[in-house]
Amino acid sequence: MLSYAIRRVLGAIPTLLIIITLVFFMMRIAPGGPFDAQRHLPPEIENNIKAAYHLDKPLWQQYGLYMGNLARGDFGPSFKNHDFSVNELIADGLPVSAKLGISAILISIVFGIALGTVAALNQNDWVDHGVMGIAMIGITIPSFVTAPILMLAFGIYGLHLFGIDLFLPAGGWNGGALANMILPVTVLALPQIAIIARLVRGSMVEVLRSNYVRTARAKGLPSYTVVYRHALRAALLPVVSYLGPAVAGLLTGSLIVETIFGIPGIGRYFVEGAINRDYTLVMGVVIYYAAFVILLNLAADILYAVMDPRVRFQ
Amino acid sequence: MDRKASAPIFEIRNLDVRFDTPDGQVHAVKNLTLSVSEGECLGVVGESGSGKSQLFLGALGLLTSNGTATGSVKYRGQEILDLAERQLNKVRGSKITMIFQDPLTALTPHLSIGAQVIEALRTHQTVPYAEAEKRCLEILDLVRIPEARSRMKQYPHELSGGMRQRVMIAMATVCGPDLLIADEPTTALDVTVQAQILDIMRDLQKELKTAVVMVSHDMGVIAGIADRMQVMRDGSVVEAGLVDEIFYNPKHDYTKALLDAMPRIDRPARPGHESLRPLSTIGADQQLLDVEDLKVYYPVRTGGFPFAKTKPLRAVDGVSFTLRQGETLGIVGESGCGKSTLARAVMKLVERSDGVVVWCGRDLNDVGTDELRRLRKDFQIVFQDPLASLDPRMTIGESIAEPLVSLRPELSRERVREDVRAMMNRVGLEPGWINRYPHEFSGGQNQRVGIARAMIVRPKLIVCDEAVSALDVSIQSQIVDLILKLQSEFGMSMIFISHDLSVVRQVAHRVMVLYLGRIVELADRNAIYEDPRHPYTKALIAAVPLPDPKAERGKSHVSLLGDLPSPLDTRAQLNFLKSKMIDDPDAEQYRPQLVEVTTGHFVAEHDAR
Amino acid sequence: MSAAGLTSRNTETIERALDIKGRSLWVDARRRLMKNRAAVVSIVLLATIALFAVFVPLVWPYSYDAIDYGNILCAPSWWPDRSVSCFAGGHHIFGTEQNGRDLFIRVLYGARISLAVGLVATMVSLLIGVGYGAIAGFVGGKLDELMMRFVDVLYALPYIFLVIILMVVFNQNFFLLFVAIGAVEWLTMARIVRGQTLSIKEKEFVEAARAAGVGTLTNIRRHIIPNILGPVVVYVTLTIPTVILSESFLSFLGLGIRDPLTSWGVLISDGAAHMETAPWMLLFPAAIMAITLFCFNFIGDGLRDALDPKDR
Repeated sequence: MLSYAIRRVLGAIPTLLIIITLVFFMMRIAPGGPFDAQRHLPPEIENNIKAAYHLDKPLWQQYGLYMGNLARGDFGPSFKNHDFSVNELIADGLPVSAKLGISAILISIVFGIALGTVAALNQNDWVDHGVMGIAMIGITIPSFVTAPILMLAFGIYGLHLFGIDLFLPAGGWNGGALANMILPVTVLALPQIAIIARLVRGSMVEVLRSNYVRTARAKGLPSYTVVYRHALRAALLPVVSYLGPAVAGLLTGSLIVETIFGIPGIGRYFVEGAINRDYTLVMGVVIYYAAFVILLNLAADILYAVMDPRVRFQ
Repeated sequence: MDRKASAPIFEIRNLDVRFDTPDGQVHAVKNLTLSVSEGECLGVVGESGSGKSQLFLGALGLLTSNGTATGSVKYRGQEILDLAERQLNKVRGSKITMIFQDPLTALTPHLSIGAQVIEALRTHQTVPYAEAEKRCLEILDLVRIPEARSRMKQYPHELSGGMRQRVMIAMATVCGPDLLIADEPTTALDVTVQAQILDIMRDLQKELKTAVVMVSHDMGVIAGIADRMQVMRDGSVVEAGLVDEIFYNPKHDYTKALLDAMPRIDRPARPGHESLRPLSTIGADQQLLDVEDLKVYYPVRTGGFPFAKTKPLRAVDGVSFTLRQGETLGIVGESGCGKSTLARAVMKLVERSDGVVVWCGRDLNDVGTDELRRLRKDFQIVFQDPLASLDPRMTIGESIAEPLVSLRPELSRERVREDVRAMMNRVGLEPGWINRYPHEFSGGQNQRVGIARAMIVRPKLIVCDEAVSALDVSIQSQIVDLILKLQSEFGMSMIFISHDLSVVRQVAHRVMVLYLGRIVELADRNAIYEDPRHPYTKALIAAVPLPDPKAERGKSHVSLLGDLPSPLDTRAQLNFLKSKMIDDPDAEQYRPQLVEVTTGHFVAEHDAR
Repeated sequence: MSAAGLTSRNTETIERALDIKGRSLWVDARRRLMKNRAAVVSIVLLATIALFAVFVPLVWPYSYDAIDYGNILCAPSWWPDRSVSCFAGGHHIFGTEQNGRDLFIRVLYGARISLAVGLVATMVSLLIGVGYGAIAGFVGGKLDELMMRFVDVLYALPYIFLVIILMVVFNQNFFLLFVAIGAVEWLTMARIVRGQTLSIKEKEFVEAARAAGVGTLTNIRRHIIPNILGPVVVYVTLTIPTVILSESFLSFLGLGIRDPLTSWGVLISDGAAHMETAPWMLLFPAAIMAITLFCFNFIGDGLRDALDPKDR
């Protein structure tokens, strides 16, 4: 078991290195540079600036310098926001994005599993069709549609429910206050809840038909024991496998959500950095995200092995 | 086995089981009535589609969501069909228990076997955990699982098939049930393991005085364990009565046909059926096939990170034999003995690691790809699973034509179609079906397609790899007849691989017994069955259930204990020659040599018992 | 021709006439699909939308880029609230957008572009993915390991970043949009194809073909490819909506389709911006896109059930 984990971690390191290299060269090969949009400067000053950022050296040397700095944990200065280093920018934005993302994942998992299980247990009933119908909607409507709708409903008009007017802030982070987090997390979580619910339902229906569930019933076990102890664990395996790509989906969504709700996370930095050719910032964000995805894939694989003993003994 | 007729504890009356399928409603069990008395053993016999499994699943409320059961099912006078879940669960699993056919899929993969057995106990009896653990150990001992304490923490996939089935039996008996329903419990197991499991069940029945229902398609199994029996067909009972009555004096035509179709290991030929054509003495020196010291090893990685070792899996470990024109060689053995690998290596479908295969004088090692393709015309193969061996997207005509099209490209399309139709006729298929697809036919018909495909190029050698093992008994009998008829017509040689010794007796001139990739006995058909010398052969023959109740009861059944050995452990080969064994799983061991005890009868060296 | 020859020819003709036509698996699957009401309705709806998108713009009085500053953000002609309707002569059944352009025609143009992106990108991913996956699966061994490792590496890269970088790097080249999205989707396609190839490769009928002397390439063509088509078709049908959604995300970020061309993503993001004053701008494109995505999903699910029934 431990050997399995170690093997996977060791295997992940070259993956990360390849990604860093890939993005590095792709950014540099692109036409345009970080300073093109600014006022046209006299040549000597331009050269000085380029020298200061090492942009005059050959690409290979730039790469080497960058990797060297990286090994010491230094992501370099931001090319666009001259007063800040990338480390500082990321340190500002990462906790925000992380709080958003992790809340969304947890909520998606809990609600997704609950809904999927309920649908499977009432297979082909109106409950099943209802849940799956809503799930379908959640998947097909993009987050940049649900976000403004929810903002309008709760933030500007205020929904009148049970005699009270529900108002939620229409944007801003406010240091991560709960009220500010509700809408963005909901927008992020909705599509994931839908996907997980569908996955769980399909998988659970199959597991409930399996031979070992039949044995469990033949043993006279009460229904809830059959579901929770025998069926659920096997039915959740596809969800665990999905967690890797799910995080990627969440990251995509977070770019949009941060933009719409005005949340100072690192997703926004990425888009701006890509457009402005702010190499170091883009690299920094990519590296963090890639590491995050790899780590989460790894955690998902290990969790899978914990849940399914057959995989451990490879 | 002579029990006084006691009051019935389990009564089924007018049971109907129906299924809603996309292709319409299926009536699986039709108005069925049966009863089981205290402590007796009832056998239920039937082929696939007879409804024998659905009957008990329906009675216990275990049907899939598209099935419904109507009628009356009473346990000790209490109606249990359509009982509320909570009440039914008091009976299910504690008073009436059930075990199923495939132990791997029937056990929950992520719970240890100890947990599953204890769960069965603690659901029905309030017992503190420590006490439950103790009872669990006791029952595991009772079903003869060695080292029960350490086994309890293991997961189902870590155990062999026989062990898993014992765990299922343990789970089903730990609460001391009145009735145990066994649905084909040994069908997926090897013969010697089957004998062990049946033995355990017989003992348990005597000790715990449990009534048992044994559902099986194998009459031999029923003969050995049941007091009364029912014969089922198409959802109804066609004949019922005492076991001796039915076996020796069957009344219904179907029962008679079933008994007639069953191959018996103590009879070389079935009366009224095709029999094996005796080998002519002409051309006795014509060696079609000469195999010398054939070895097939697969490298297998064992051990964890970082020092993974590679051990060789000795699938075939030095096999030598010859084959004459028109001769049928039967190869028997249990799982893992290498019989299928051997046949494929001979046909060069699998690469050999060592040894020589000489076909009609040509050394197959020297043969190039083109010549090999041409030689393929001479040897063809019929597979075990008729549906899996046919491409579902091709018509059966195209499947049959395939060898002809690729090995004799000079033939015109019309000529090919003609040949296909003629062959279809020969094997008993309507030529008009030539454009139909495999999924429109039954297993038996598809197997005829497989045979037609193998025969169409008129090969000199046909390998039948468990060709009849996946078929119902009555169909099996027809296919065996067909194979024998074709052989006497075309005169080809055959290698007939099977785990079923009774069938092999009907079709082979000589029989070879394999154990862990080596020959342990090789003799002509009568010698090997009437005068087996090697202890493994003897155990194998003794383990085969005879459809003859008196003979079965008189037999001493089990002489081989324990699981089938692992081919990775080099010591396993010397299980019968322990005197020469070195006790190190990786050491190079002495290999038992074949000794000719009488003309043509070869036996591997073994310790005298 | 002799009398005997004639007779045998006749017999053959009669035999052929008596041959029973078999029921291939595809025919079976189509029958099952047709019984699935949701799938049939979806096919009809999708066809309708596609036909509209292709033909209606040819006869529609308004052009998709006809700017009309006198009629900006006005409601559809049937909108109940008359205070926001368009000025005289405006027959805008979906209303107009912020530049006065007719929304209905723009939605149809958006349909053209979005569907095109969906189909083309999916085809790109199909071509790359099937080839890659089939080779890896069939050859196996070290080559398979290497190829799949490469896929794993690319998989770990958060794909949206890759696409954004590509779009920025190559300046929102229209054709590159197809390629960029397709180049990301091929990963999952390759995995699926490889998985299917591996499982078919082990089946006995492939071995039977080898025993019948069939060569490797013929074997792949005749046996493996037809048998993996099923799951591949299902996956293709389910990839198209994913691609359309991806394009809409990109457009929202400003990195997708550029003015005056339009796609549903562009329309929806514009509509979201004007949601309060002109809700029809969001309503119609979002509804049409949602319906289209629903249809693809139902068809995909229907195909999956039709091609792989559990109760066979």
